[in-house]
Amino acid sequence: MSSNTALAAGPSPAPRYVDNVIRAAVVLTMFWGIAAFLAGVVIAAQLVWPQLSFDSEFLTFGRLRPLHTSAAIFAFGGTALIGTAFHIVQRTCRARLFGGEPLGWFVLLGYQFFIVIAATGYLLGITQSKEYAEPEWYADLWLAVVWIAYLIAYLGTVLKREEPHIYVANWFYLAFIITVTMLHITNNLAMPVSIVGTKSYGAWSGVQDAMIQWWYGHNAVGFFLTAAFLGMMYYYIPKAANRPVYSYRLSIVHFWSLVFLYIWAGPHHLHYTSLPDWAQTLGMVFSVMLWMPSWGGMINGLMTLSGAWDKLRTDPGLRFSVTSVGFYGMSTFEGPVMSIKAVNSLSHYTDWTIGHVHSGALGWVAFIVFGTMYYLVPKMWNRPGMWSTRLMGWHYWIATIGIVLYITAMWVSGIMQGLMWRAYDELGFLQYSFVETVAAMKPFYAIRLLGGVFFLSGGLIMAYNMWRTIRGEPEVVSARPRPALAA
Amino acid sequence: MFIRHSTIEKNVILMAVLTLITVSIGGMVQIIPLFTIESTIERVDGMRPYTPLEVLGRNIYIREGCYLCHSQQIRPFKDEVERYGHYSLAAESMYDKPFQWGSKRTGPDLARVGGRYSNDWHVAHMVSPRAVVPESVMPAYPFLATRKLEFGDIAQHLKAMRAVGTPYTDEMIANARADLEAQVNPDADTTALEKRYPRAVVGKFNTETPAITELDALIAYLQMLGTLVRFGDLPPDRLRQ
Repeated sequence: MSSNTALAAGPSPAPRYVDNVIRAAVVLTMFWGIAAFLAGVVIAAQLVWPQLSFDSEFLTFGRLRPLHTSAAIFAFGGTALIGTAFHIVQRTCRARLFGGEPLGWFVLLGYQFFIVIAATGYLLGITQSKEYAEPEWYADLWLAVVWIAYLIAYLGTVLKREEPHIYVANWFYLAFIITVTMLHITNNLAMPVSIVGTKSYGAWSGVQDAMIQWWYGHNAVGFFLTAAFLGMMYYYIPKAANRPVYSYRLSIVHFWSLVFLYIWAGPHHLHYTSLPDWAQTLGMVFSVMLWMPSWGGMINGLMTLSGAWDKLRTDPGLRFSVTSVGFYGMSTFEGPVMSIKAVNSLSHYTDWTIGHVHSGALGWVAFIVFGTMYYLVPKMWNRPGMWSTRLMGWHYWIATIGIVLYITAMWVSGIMQGLMWRAYDELGFLQYSFVETVAAMKPFYAIRLLGGVFFLSGGLIMAYNMWRTIRGEPEVVSARPRPALAA
Repeated sequence: MFIRHSTIEKNVILMAVLTLITVSIGGMVQIIPLFTIESTIERVDGMRPYTPLEVLGRNIYIREGCYLCHSQQIRPFKDEVERYGHYSLAAESMYDKPFQWGSKRTGPDLARVGGRYSNDWHVAHMVSPRAVVPESVMPAYPFLATRKLEFGDIAQHLKAMRAVGTPYTDEMIANARADLEAQVNPDADTTALEKRYPRAVVGKFNTETPAITELDALIAYLQMLGTLVRFGDLPPDRLRQ
């Protein structure tokens, strides 16, 4: 951390940074985003028209669904996180990435290789059948290597920083990388049947396996999809709004309470199951408590806009980020509600859960990635802005309508199915057979499909806009500034 | 507090260690007691490791992602118990690697599907679900009915499971292949098999073809689900966790 290196580097530090890796990550994020949305649209269509698996073993819902979830969470989300982590850590530490280009490329490309071997495995039926931890032992081992390299690159960069303070965004990224290491290794301990085969048997079984899996699973949400993306929020929203973070003190309280409480929430996925009651109750209590740090984070993100709200009219990228924080607030309110055992007895096993996940995954995760990418693309390719601000606006509205269609359809179908399962007729018999409740879902599955098509279309518009921006054509300037629609 | 937060903000190793401690606590409190408190798994009779054929059937269930639409976990509610049977016990999944409780019921719960439908019903349903249940949204699995089951390495599977805690005996491993073939052969002497694996369901499950198909293994697994514990002669206090 000697100041000599800073002086030697000259007044313009930009060339020192490892930026090619970040540019590649931006393009790959967009690619995986489209792939994930497309896979989602396909399996949504299969629930409306089940014939769409064409009797093929490679196209069944059971094999495509992990492809969709992994593409969304790990390929789209994970690649965005690697790219932004490298972008943020270098800038906020004013230090070149530890390990330089070689380590940076190893982490990014090694991670892509993991995605490809995991995804092709799903199509061939290679899976551990643990949700969001489907990849088999060889892919898990490889990911552990890549992940530890990621941790080394990140920690190493922070260690050689030229800023005395570690900026708050880095706390969240660091917590995410450390916690995912712990979760990934513990949940995936397994014994391969043969060193040249794909199949393995896990170290845990039954009720303990269930607890460990949802300790992992919920914190894939808590750290992969939340803590890390909060790091994204803490850097890119202040940057795009050109305002400091609203409250420094709130970010401290929010950080430590979030990382402490999240880990306890797993058992709410196992309410009323064979998991002992004490564990379920602990999970519920901590899930409800989680509401507080979650909203602390939301308030910190939204209030950062103080004095800069007018930018929402002119910058659709920032509008994406701010809307995402709104969706974050909504899902982190809905989550604690659903973790209450009485509510969960209705919502569990229904589409309500699917809707909840998508308000988080589409509304929070994807939207903050879109906002970040719209900020990052012009910056990384030295362009004055995105090629078309108008297309950004189109993307925003199409995607927002898509989410609203999706989550409202799932609320209705989920609550309806939950109520139908427990309905009794006047003679005291169960009123509906199971298949009657399946048939009742059909219109809502069609609406959900439409929402997904909207969201995918928005993604394609973004990809086109990004491509034109990177190609470096002059910005399209509208004849007159478009007034913002009333919020 | 003892340390000012600005100290943590200036020392990344300290921050990393404190973060690791903070995120470890919840998991340790929730997970470790499940291994140490003996009543976590109810002491009921009847549970046994899966037969070799059931193991491979279960692996097909996993391979096809059945758990994504079917739970194997009946909650203690009146409607679920009436629809599916006695609520699930922790003991009933004690040999499940991994557990198959599921998180979504696009289709019905399967925790006690064993014995509910005939083998022929299962064959027809797997080959063409809508021929049996017109409103079903399940994919068709015709390829399972024709594809030969690969079981050359079945003993290896049992050994791998034993290495991570499933109590397969040397005898079970030595006879794995013979047990598998006997379970699916109606003419075989299954006395030894049924002694090693009480209440195993024996027979040619997929009668469409004489070969041992993947569908035979899958149906053998489905037909035993939820059947091992006899609830009729079980004193209620044995169910306490």
